[in-house]
Amino acid sequence: MSLNIVVLAKQVPDTRNVGKDAMKADGTINRAALPAIFNPEDLNALEQALQLKEQNPGSKITLLTMGLPRAAEMIRESLYRGGDTGIVLTDRALAGADTLATSYALATAIRHIGKVDIILGGRQAIDGDTAQVGPQVAEKLGMPQVTYAESVKVEGGKAVIKRRIERGFETVEAPLPLVVTVNGTADACRPRNARLVQKFKYAATPSEKAKLDEKVQQLVDSRSYLQLGEWSAADIKADPEQIGLKGSPTKVKTVVNVVFQAKEAKRLDGADEAQLEGLVKELIADHIIG
Amino acid sequence: MEDKNNLVVYCEYDEGRVADVSLELLTKGRALASQLGIKLEALVIGDKLDGIENQLFPYGVDVVYKVQDGRLYPYTSLPHSQAVINLFKEIEPRICFMGATTIGRDLGPRVSSCLHSGLTADCTALEIGDHTDPISKKEYKDLLYQIRPAFGGNIVATIVNPEHRPQMATVREGVMKKEILDPNYKGVVVDLDPKKYIDEASYVVKIIDREVEKSKINIKNSPIIVAGGYGVGSKENFKLIYELAETLGGEVGASRAAVDAGFTEHERQIGQTGVTVRPKLYIACGISGQIQHVAGMQDSSIIVSINSDPNAPINNIADYVITGNVEDVIPRLIKYYKKNSK
Repeated sequence: MSLNIVVLAKQVPDTRNVGKDAMKADGTINRAALPAIFNPEDLNALEQALQLKEQNPGSKITLLTMGLPRAAEMIRESLYRGGDTGIVLTDRALAGADTLATSYALATAIRHIGKVDIILGGRQAIDGDTAQVGPQVAEKLGMPQVTYAESVKVEGGKAVIKRRIERGFETVEAPLPLVVTVNGTADACRPRNARLVQKFKYAATPSEKAKLDEKVQQLVDSRSYLQLGEWSAADIKADPEQIGLKGSPTKVKTVVNVVFQAKEAKRLDGADEAQLEGLVKELIADHIIG
Repeated sequence: MEDKNNLVVYCEYDEGRVADVSLELLTKGRALASQLGIKLEALVIGDKLDGIENQLFPYGVDVVYKVQDGRLYPYTSLPHSQAVINLFKEIEPRICFMGATTIGRDLGPRVSSCLHSGLTADCTALEIGDHTDPISKKEYKDLLYQIRPAFGGNIVATIVNPEHRPQMATVREGVMKKEILDPNYKGVVVDLDPKKYIDEASYVVKIIDREVEKSKINIKNSPIIVAGGYGVGSKENFKLIYELAETLGGEVGASRAAVDAGFTEHERQIGQTGVTVRPKLYIACGISGQIQHVAGMQDSSIIVSINSDPNAPINNIADYVITGNVEDVIPRLIKYYKKNSK
């Protein structure tokens, strides 16, 4: 059977590579210096979607992302690898959302897409590491959920999913429609396909198209597969009380930049053998090591 | 919004034993409940729960809620979340804790979404305190401060849920300390009828296979941990970490960056998204010391940092800082240990 697949993805600052340049002199983070990337586990989710599409010919993959208008880059990234289309949900009114307000907006957008058989997303995003949005979207849509997935197959109208649990694995069978979150240890996403890069390099959202040359604009207008979605909160008829900061029950009380309190450490030179032997003797004398 | 209500811990169990993370949360919950003058309650959902209360009462549990059905073990999302949600609609807890396990991180968001209550994942500290809304200036007494690193560990955020109940948090195993309050403490057991709390239709996800291994790795209880970071450089170099750990009779740990780089297995990851440890001796090799890692090892008695960067952040919390390359320093430490130990 052909499937309508939605992949949820987030554009995130690359927090794994917070180098010295990314810290300002006062010790705070210079967010502008961090590259914006495709959240790594969302790429694992995309790969599962691509495999489902291969196993179920005629399936359609829609990438849905909420963020700044530039998050359309992620849709193109998915098209280069075999996705079909995508939508950026972008609106100032959505800013400041916690996971609950985010999941409300995403669930509302998914309803607006129409009939969906399976929704895949990464287990968690590296900027927050909460793993909450997937299950919350499932709850809002009244769908079952399967988290921590390693592989997803659809057979006879049901999904069969291998998932990671504490100290092992579980295989579960779940009805469609369904929300699945995928682990970083699942299959890595395939690379870009050169032919698809050629085909989709001018794919653009309306706000991106407006900035293109007139000729390219005409090209986009003439080919529907180059037209990416860009929705506001009003487009999906979101309840203004449930989005953004207003729709977020959690509030950030304080944020403290991490500054370690220095304690008085003994400093040793790794090249000085006598100092190293002294340390080992000291630890033995103190019964720290035996 | 009534704030007289109680603090509930969703307790996990396996093979008749309540999970350590649940007992750790009960210990924390007991302290906070006493501070607030409210009751500590435990909720256990599953099968074969007879006598489970005897493991819970010593932690100061006043009420044990049990929901029993053969289909409630092993855990699946829908029936468990439905039972929690329906019970919470009745008893309206003020605070709820869950382990940040594959169960708690699956269940918590679903419950919080339905009840529209805020949830903070992977907290590293939980406290009670007041809050003034910066815009409305409205004052709130005795909120739950949910404290966690964020943004890749570069900041520590304190989160509050001023207007919504329960205030929910998940915490990883080992972050809180497990401590019996009174071996003779007695509370009451409330058996809940699963049919009243769970629809038949919610048993839709079927577990068709399950393989669970006993963990071979026990870094949580090891008095000596030698941990490697991204600075170790390669999987090949990481063998030195194993060699030093074996020589000293300790376990091998790793930072997230080292695990992500494939130097060693995920079970060895120490930090906010891994295991929290409190060994006698912690040797950090080529670990820069992001707060996420530090959160999982800062209570070690003695910290030794081996790093080629004399200004690595971890050096600030270390007792001994050895400036040098891991591949030069470790063989020397092994040599001198063998020479000087009995």
